[in-house]
Amino acid sequence: MSDAGLTTGRTAAQTRPVRASAAASRQRWLWIALVVFAMVLPWLFYGWQTHRHSGFLLTMLSQMGMMIIFSLSYNMLMGQAGLLSFGHAVFFGLAGYSTIHFLDAAGAGKLPVPMELIPILSGLAGLCFGIVFGYMATRQRGTAFAMITLGMGELVATAAIMFHHFFGGEGGVSTNRMIEISLFGLSYASSVQVYYLILAWTVIAALGMLFLTKTPLGAMANATRDNFERAQFMGYDPRRVRFLQFALSGLFAGIGGGLYAITYEIVTFDAVSSALSANVVLMTYIGGATIFYGPILGAVLITLLQSGLSMLSNAWLIYVGVLFIGMVTFAPAGFAGMIEAHGPIARAGRLGRLAVPYLRMSIPGLAVLLGFIGIVELTSFRTIGEAQGKHLVLFGSDIDVRSLVPWLVAVALLGVGGLWLRVEARAFARVWDNLTADLKQRGL
Amino acid sequence: MEIILISLLNGFVYGMLLFMLASGLTLIFSMMGVLNFAHAGIYMIGAYIAFESSRSVGFWAALIIAPLVCGAIGAAIEIYGLRRTHHNGHIAELLFTFGLFFIIERGVQMAWGMLPVPYRVPAGLDFPLFSQYGINFPAYRAFMLLVAGGMLLAIWLLLTRTRIGLIIQASLTHPNMVSALGHNVPRVFTIVFAGGCFLAGLAGVIGGNYQVTEPGMAAALGPIVFVVVVFGGLGSLAGCFIASIIVGMVQTFAVVIDTSLASMLGGLVSWIGTDNLAGEILAVPVSRIGPLLPYAMMVLMLLFRPRGLMGTRDT
Repeated sequence: MSDAGLTTGRTAAQTRPVRASAAASRQRWLWIALVVFAMVLPWLFYGWQTHRHSGFLLTMLSQMGMMIIFSLSYNMLMGQAGLLSFGHAVFFGLAGYSTIHFLDAAGAGKLPVPMELIPILSGLAGLCFGIVFGYMATRQRGTAFAMITLGMGELVATAAIMFHHFFGGEGGVSTNRMIEISLFGLSYASSVQVYYLILAWTVIAALGMLFLTKTPLGAMANATRDNFERAQFMGYDPRRVRFLQFALSGLFAGIGGGLYAITYEIVTFDAVSSALSANVVLMTYIGGATIFYGPILGAVLITLLQSGLSMLSNAWLIYVGVLFIGMVTFAPAGFAGMIEAHGPIARAGRLGRLAVPYLRMSIPGLAVLLGFIGIVELTSFRTIGEAQGKHLVLFGSDIDVRSLVPWLVAVALLGVGGLWLRVEARAFARVWDNLTADLKQRGL
Repeated sequence: MEIILISLLNGFVYGMLLFMLASGLTLIFSMMGVLNFAHAGIYMIGAYIAFESSRSVGFWAALIIAPLVCGAIGAAIEIYGLRRTHHNGHIAELLFTFGLFFIIERGVQMAWGMLPVPYRVPAGLDFPLFSQYGINFPAYRAFMLLVAGGMLLAIWLLLTRTRIGLIIQASLTHPNMVSALGHNVPRVFTIVFAGGCFLAGLAGVIGGNYQVTEPGMAAALGPIVFVVVVFGGLGSLAGCFIASIIVGMVQTFAVVIDTSLASMLGGLVSWIGTDNLAGEILAVPVSRIGPLLPYAMMVLMLLFRPRGLMGTRDT
């Protein structure tokens, strides 16, 4: 099975020019700045009159944190080891269930572990499940691996609804996170304290996973992904490498699941469902599986869409799905890959040359986008929107979704914009190819 | 006794429905190496198109229209989608069909709403065919068997008696050799993909009113069809057929068995008690474990015999 689509990042990294170390140190400062930004962000939206934090913002940021951990852990399989799993929510969810029981025990005084360290237990639970499931799943790779993980995901999701012990059946299990054991004397009654706990663990988990990519195990995972036979020939047991990578991925997914349980204080079968497994595939791939920070981008983007777009549109998942298909077809390295592709051009100071082509593409691009959104929204307002009694309002006027005019406008925008975009995209590709060829010639 | 007979018939009907989906999927998977996630989505589209056209032009026209539309959709997917992602490897193709399924599911929700649509059995077939032990066997199920049997015969004739069928058969086992011999393999791919989607559409027409036509129908049936394909083995239609019938029977019979592992094993496991997870697993009657069984079967098969029942090569 060839995994050519997932290997482009490595080759790009190899051909990076010598000035990369300066760029790396700049990147490090960028990340530190981002963490600081995440720390102050809740206070930017603090209601000084009401003395309250924005609940919406905190929920969204907390969700982002767990999803970042979750999709980074998924990328240990998909991007770094070339293993496509369709059941990764199993570790997230099972660790979440376990964490509920840990919190119960801690609250009852039977488990003297401070709140700050509970995610470690969650991670260990994830690791245990990762070892058990990984022992079976990692015997195979490629499509068989994908199918085994799919089957395991369905097994666990069905079992979670069926059994009342441990899973709590359809209602799930719930707990109270105020266990009154804390390293810093915090009660975790307010969600801002939980947010900082999540932020801290997100940074720890991300650094841990970054560190793993630099270990021999991380390198061997890449090797078994890129050339299975050769890795075997060198004397490594690829199955062992896959197993270790899988189990460790379970550990980090478990930390994410633990934070989920702490935040929401309830875990239902949604946390092990195939929908969440699908979600993490989308997040990781859209963000970019070939580059370490890709899944972070994907998790942030999808969570933003989830919190923002889902309130505006009934059909927001369609947009995510189309974005995903577009990425698979046109940009297999995801958003992170797109950013990285601009790296050499930016370093040569030629980014300005792309400005005009980008601008020219953006006009028909906007038309296509508007036309597509128009069609999707018109359709969804005919069915789901009507059932909810909503009306489509645009520029202050009520639009009759059953009349012909808005449909014609949307289709025309999509059609004309699409043809125009094709012309502009070809022109853009010419400029891009010339630029990269020029840079290559100068040895940059 | 009567339960066994009725379950046998029902299991056979369900198995044939599974086979209509799985046969197309296994042909596509064996030839192109793509496990088409969107296949059950096409089945759902078939059911919804059949619903729409049976309202306007009647069920019998729908029986022809829906599969043709699905076949055309399949051809379009292969030519405009899969062929473009092909050079990015199998994982990209798998992800492409995965995303497609995602869009189809949401698209159907959007176009027809979240609730089931009233797609019913046509009036001409809505009568009990025979009555045994006080239980009616609907004529529509016999009709389903007829369609599925006719399809089985048609596939068999197509694959063994026509030139394109021989090329498809050869491509199942020796895809590289077939292209080396100068056959237009991409075109064969398109034909097989469109054909598989045609069958999925046909299954949608006759399955949509046998089960319920709702946005969740694809997600419910899709994984089961994967189980059938993997269980039967790659490159073997016979294995696919046997696996369909087995899974159909397992699912139907599991519903009527009202005994649990604990009662089967008797005193051997009584020390576990019932007030913990292990005890609960043992105490649950088989009828409730039913939905779990296909997945357990698939995982076990992949672990111990990755080539499936009658497969010619590993999955």
